[in-house]
Amino acid sequence: MAEIPILRIGDCLLVSIQVDMHDRLALALQDDLTQRIVTDRARGVMIDISALEIVDSFIGRMLNNIAAMSKVLDAVTVVVGMRPAVAITLVELGLGLTGVRTALNVDKGLALIRRMIDYPERDDADRER
Amino acid sequence: MSDQENIVLRLIDRHGQRLLTDWLAYQRKDVRYAGTQREAETVELARRFLDHLRAGAQIAQFDDIETPEWRPIRELLEDLSRDRAIGGFSPTETATFIFSLKEPLFALLREELRDDTERLVRETSTTSRLIDRLGLYTIECYARTREEIIRRQQQELLELSTPVVQLWDGILALPLIGTLDSARTQIVMESLLQHIVDSGAEIAIIDITGVPTVDTLVAQHLIKTISAARLMGADCILSGIRPQIAQTIVHLGLELNVVSKATMADALALALRRSGKTITERKLPAAPER
Repeated sequence: MAEIPILRIGDCLLVSIQVDMHDRLALALQDDLTQRIVTDRARGVMIDISALEIVDSFIGRMLNNIAAMSKVLDAVTVVVGMRPAVAITLVELGLGLTGVRTALNVDKGLALIRRMIDYPERDDADRER
Repeated sequence: MSDQENIVLRLIDRHGQRLLTDWLAYQRKDVRYAGTQREAETVELARRFLDHLRAGAQIAQFDDIETPEWRPIRELLEDLSRDRAIGGFSPTETATFIFSLKEPLFALLREELRDDTERLVRETSTTSRLIDRLGLYTIECYARTREEIIRRQQQELLELSTPVVQLWDGILALPLIGTLDSARTQIVMESLLQHIVDSGAEIAIIDITGVPTVDTLVAQHLIKTISAARLMGADCILSGIRPQIAQTIVHLGLELNVVSKATMADALALALRRSGKTITERKLPAAPER
C-alpha cells in the first residue's frame, strides 16, 4: 500500500497528497500525522492538494478531521494549493471546509502558519475589524 | 413542366420592367427608406430577385422552396433579412419586400388571363402560395438573425460586467454590476479564482454597489463566491452595501458571515491595514504646488 510522506520544515509538517485517497490510506495518514505532530513537537501542519483534480466529500471530511485532531494537539492546519475548479465544485457541493484555514500555495501557507503561531490572537482580531 | 410555371416566366420576360417599377412603387408606399442609398440597394435587390424568380420558375416546383433550384432566391432573402434585422427594420417592413410583389403580379396575371377565369384563379392561388412561402421564409431568417444578435449581446454583457481589478499588490476588487444569477455567479467565480491564482492575492473586495437587490438567492451566490475564494486562501471583504440592502439583509435574516464595509474606500483601507500597509498624509512644504 502506498504511503503518504510527511516532510518536516522547521516546526511545520508538510503533507503532499498526490494519489487517490481511500479509507485505509486516510486512516493511515491520520495515524502517521498525529504521531509525527507529537514526536516532532510540530506547531503547524500544511496539506498540499495541488495535485488533486477531484476533491469529494470524503477528502473534505478527512481534511476537516485532520484539522480538528491537530488542533487538539495544539498545531494549526493549513490546506494549500487548491485548484479553482476544485474550489468551485466544493462550494457547489456545500462543503466550505469551514474548519480549515487555506492558502494559495506552499509559500503563503508557511507564512500563514508562522503568523498564526507567532500571533495567535492578532489574526483573529484582524478578521473582526 | 406544365404551363403553370410558364405564365410567370412569360410575364417576367414580357413585362419585367413594368413589374419592377410597380413593385417598387408598392414598396415605397409601405416602407419609408432612410436615405437614397438604401433605396438604390432595394432596386438592385428587387431586380436580382426577379432574375432569380425567373430562373427558378423555369425549372422548379412552386410548391416547395426548399429544393436546390430555389437556392439563389433563398440566399438573396437571407441576405436581405439579415441586413434589415441589423439595420433595425421591423418584421413588417422586412416582409413587405416580398408581399408587395403580389399586387403588381396579380394585376399582370389578370390582364394576361382575362379570357380564362378558371386558369386565372388557379394561377393566382399558385403564385400566391409561392410568395407566401418566400415571405414566411424571410420572416424566419429575420427572426433567426434577431435571436443571434440577442444571444451575442447577452454573451458580451456577461463578459463586460464581470471585471476583476487589481487595486494593490495582493488586493483584488470585484465590482459586481447587475443581478447575480447562477450563470453569472459561475463566471464571476471562475474569473475571480483565476485572478487569485495569477496574482497571488490574499484579499478580494467584492463590491455590490451595482447590484440592485439582494434576495436570498443572490446572497447564496455571494456566499458561494466568498467560500470559493476562501478555499483558495483569499479573504473576502464585502463593500458597497446600500442602506436599503442592509435593511433587506436583516429583514430576510441572511447570514453572510463576512466582513462588510459600506464603501469600497473603507474596504480598501481595511485591506491595506491587513496587509501591513498604512496610509499617511504627506507633509508638504509651504510653497504652493504648480
